[in-house]
Amino acid sequence: MSGDPGGQLTAGRWRAGSMLATPNSRGWAVAAVLLLIAVIFPQVVTNQVVTQIAVDTMLFVAAAVAWNLFSGFSGYISLGHAVFFGTGAYTVGIAAEKWHITGNMEFALLPLAALAAGVVAVPFGLIALRVRRHTFVVVTIAVFFIFQLMAFNLKITGGSVGISAPFLTWAPETFNIPFYYMGLVLAAGVALLSWLIRGSRFGLQLRAIRDDEDRARGLGVRAMRVKLAAFVISGVVTGLVGAVWLFFIGQVLPQYGFDPIFDLSVALMAFFGGFGTLWGPILGALLLEPVEQYLTLQVSNSYASELVWGTLFLLVILFLSRGVIPIAGEKATARRARRERRRAGQPAAAPPTAGSAGTALPGSAEAGAPSGRSTR
Amino acid sequence: MGRELYRAIIDGILYGGVYALMAVGLTLIFGVLDIINIAQGILVVLAAYLSYVLSVHLHLDLFLGLLVTIPVMFVLGVGIQVLFMRRLRGRERTSMSLLASYAVMIIIEGILYLGFGPDYVQLSAPYVNSSLHVLGFYLPYIYLYGFGMAVVLVAVLYLMLYRTTFGRSLRATMQDQTAARLIGIDINRVAALAFGIGVAVTAVGGMVFGATNAFNANSGYDLISRLLAIIILGGMGSIGGALAAAVFMSVTEAIVDIWSPTWSVVVFYAALVLVLTLRPQGLLGHREARAQ
Amino acid sequence: MTALLRAEGVCKAFGGVQALNDCSIEVEQGSIAGLIGPNGSGKTTLFNMITGYGRVDTGDVWLGDRKITNLPPDKVFGHGIGRTFQLTRVFSRLTVMENMIVGAHHSERTDAQGPRRFRNPLARAGGPATRRRAMELLEFTGIADHAGALAETLSYGQRKLLELSYVLMAGPAIMLLDEPAGGVNPTLIGTISDRIRQLNAQGTTFLIVEHNMDFVMGLCDQVTVLDYGNAVVSGPPEMIRTDRRVLDAYLGTAEDDDDDD
Repeated sequence: MSGDPGGQLTAGRWRAGSMLATPNSRGWAVAAVLLLIAVIFPQVVTNQVVTQIAVDTMLFVAAAVAWNLFSGFSGYISLGHAVFFGTGAYTVGIAAEKWHITGNMEFALLPLAALAAGVVAVPFGLIALRVRRHTFVVVTIAVFFIFQLMAFNLKITGGSVGISAPFLTWAPETFNIPFYYMGLVLAAGVALLSWLIRGSRFGLQLRAIRDDEDRARGLGVRAMRVKLAAFVISGVVTGLVGAVWLFFIGQVLPQYGFDPIFDLSVALMAFFGGFGTLWGPILGALLLEPVEQYLTLQVSNSYASELVWGTLFLLVILFLSRGVIPIAGEKATARRARRERRRAGQPAAAPPTAGSAGTALPGSAEAGAPSGRSTR
Repeated sequence: MGRELYRAIIDGILYGGVYALMAVGLTLIFGVLDIINIAQGILVVLAAYLSYVLSVHLHLDLFLGLLVTIPVMFVLGVGIQVLFMRRLRGRERTSMSLLASYAVMIIIEGILYLGFGPDYVQLSAPYVNSSLHVLGFYLPYIYLYGFGMAVVLVAVLYLMLYRTTFGRSLRATMQDQTAARLIGIDINRVAALAFGIGVAVTAVGGMVFGATNAFNANSGYDLISRLLAIIILGGMGSIGGALAAAVFMSVTEAIVDIWSPTWSVVVFYAALVLVLTLRPQGLLGHREARAQ
Repeated sequence: MTALLRAEGVCKAFGGVQALNDCSIEVEQGSIAGLIGPNGSGKTTLFNMITGYGRVDTGDVWLGDRKITNLPPDKVFGHGIGRTFQLTRVFSRLTVMENMIVGAHHSERTDAQGPRRFRNPLARAGGPATRRRAMELLEFTGIADHAGALAETLSYGQRKLLELSYVLMAGPAIMLLDEPAGGVNPTLIGTISDRIRQLNAQGTTFLIVEHNMDFVMGLCDQVTVLDYGNAVVSGPPEMIRTDRRVLDAYLGTAEDDDDDD
């Protein structure tokens, strides 16, 4: 076996090893089917309550994937992404008000939201990314509160009254549908971006930083630049989500534009599905956001829904912290390894590789696999 | 003008003492367990509500009520550690614990809303509204008592940490878990007790906070963001730093408050950001080990 | 003979402890240099100062004619200094192949189809040439079978080999190895020293910190002894073996004692 085919072989195995993390042909098929369902969904389901939940869900898919693109890949957990969400929302709201933009023209302001979120992300990142781990998390929370306070206290943000978006004279029956597709485009776009980044050298450097930042620096990775780039990309997408959300809802109040629950929700979704994986945040948002919206709509008491949400979150952290996808992936890989072992006449190199990938894929035993299995 | 400034500084110091107490609990939990207890803010509010229930329904004096609330909060803290934090294992343990405490915060907030609704309440007692007249300043008794208790408790914590066997095992655990385990320290017990103590101090903080502010279940956010800012500014895990930062925060806020009440908090956060750009490890913290 | 790497009068204090005290060493181009000394004599600190994992208080570090004092680790690596760590550090949640590609960062510029001014930042990591080179290196160090496995599944010795391999990806001019023989079995120690010799024959310079005296004396052309953060003596192994000052500083107190507490 010469060098090149050997390289091919291992490259193939490498994909199989990180099962579902890097889409193979089956991953693409799943993506295509999901996308198809998503595209025809509003044509089939016309119930306005359902489509409204669907819009929120799409926006959260985009936000969760964007969050994961930075936090999941780099390991720097941000609990301040609502800063970008709120910045996006307020930017388009204020711009529409100042420039007297009405009706459909408001959508021309979306690039401005992206720009504003990016402009905020640079100094935010330059300060926060100097510290690591806990301190980083805490700094993001602190910056988040600064923004919420400013939104409450500045004149330009309308204080506690907030800002209203231009009124859209759309028919109520079909009002949700354009927003749904906007959310879908954002979600699909950022998912594609996330996939590209994960496979790229940029993504590899991010994941190297997640494992051992100092070591990565010693291999020539310009850590600050790489982290900041991911932070800004993530922030820009989150800003766009915020802007679309404002147009959809029609009004932003400080506590909803800069909402601590938003920070927690995107993190929860990513952790639930699988932190740092491609499909994790998508799956997490698709499963959890409808539940949250349903709770909010059904349980008249919003505090009760908060209680349920918090409990759900705690359960996920305690029992599913490694995420649904990695746990499922681990089982699938173990099954495949068993099947491969049964098959005779493998090349000499295969058994150890398949064996090791199967037994010790994500996290190994110490990460709490037994408790993971004991839950529903 | 000068008078107002003195007044602001005195107020700031008095109130800073109370924040210091809450922040010391937080920094203690961080130092021993490597966990940032995001729920600390809502626990303060919970403690305030407990004091409220005791004083309104059982007509118990606020300070006497502490004899009930301190043990209750201690047990709650131990419970959170044993039930939730201890279960977290593996590589993402520290991040997970942070998220878990965030979840605990949301749950407690939901319970408080269900129990007490969104209306603001405030603790009342004869000494809440009366003041001591000294050198031309009116110093509300509740601030003086609160400050006094904070000083006493921080001193007690300090003595406990540096003068007792338990304190020694606590500090050993703060420095090196593995080594502490090797010399026979029961890490689980130390962790549970540290969490309990860190939460128990919120009983006092909550009482003073509740007596000096109108609060509802939503007040936890403001509290935790201040407390977090204090422990970052002081340097994570540094008790002395937390004290200094708490007083610095309160005094800054009180001074800026003279000119613009709405911006006083923002100025403090801005100061925090400024400090972090110059000294990422905080005022009294040590730089995290870089290589190895 | 010219010095490839020079540290001149480097001082570094941690709090009240003077870890390096006016420490000067030279590593000649094409040599295998050893750095020995009792525990706490400043060997790892010196490595950290050279590779940017800490700032020197005073003194300078030179790579050839280039002053690299206090450059950040990524720049130091870019100039051609690779290093391994005493406690081996690999990217545990990346596969072995991915670990290799992280290290290839710098060499990848010249990868594949000629010079390009704009490199697509989202291009797939590791072109065919990079992967081929990675496989060659993994075969060279003997862990090619594990290319697809996550690094965390490797044994300690295999991790040492992986760390050595991925640093080699960028083709550094000089490698700083921190206890390459520490904690690995005798067979593997033999493999490691063979590989070092082979690489050296191909032109890579080495600076090695090691407690295993047989390993150092058998491999190195030049050995420097550190004591209390100061280079006490430097010379060929046979001279070091018999030097009085070395006996005083090091061998006299802990001969063949392997005191790595």
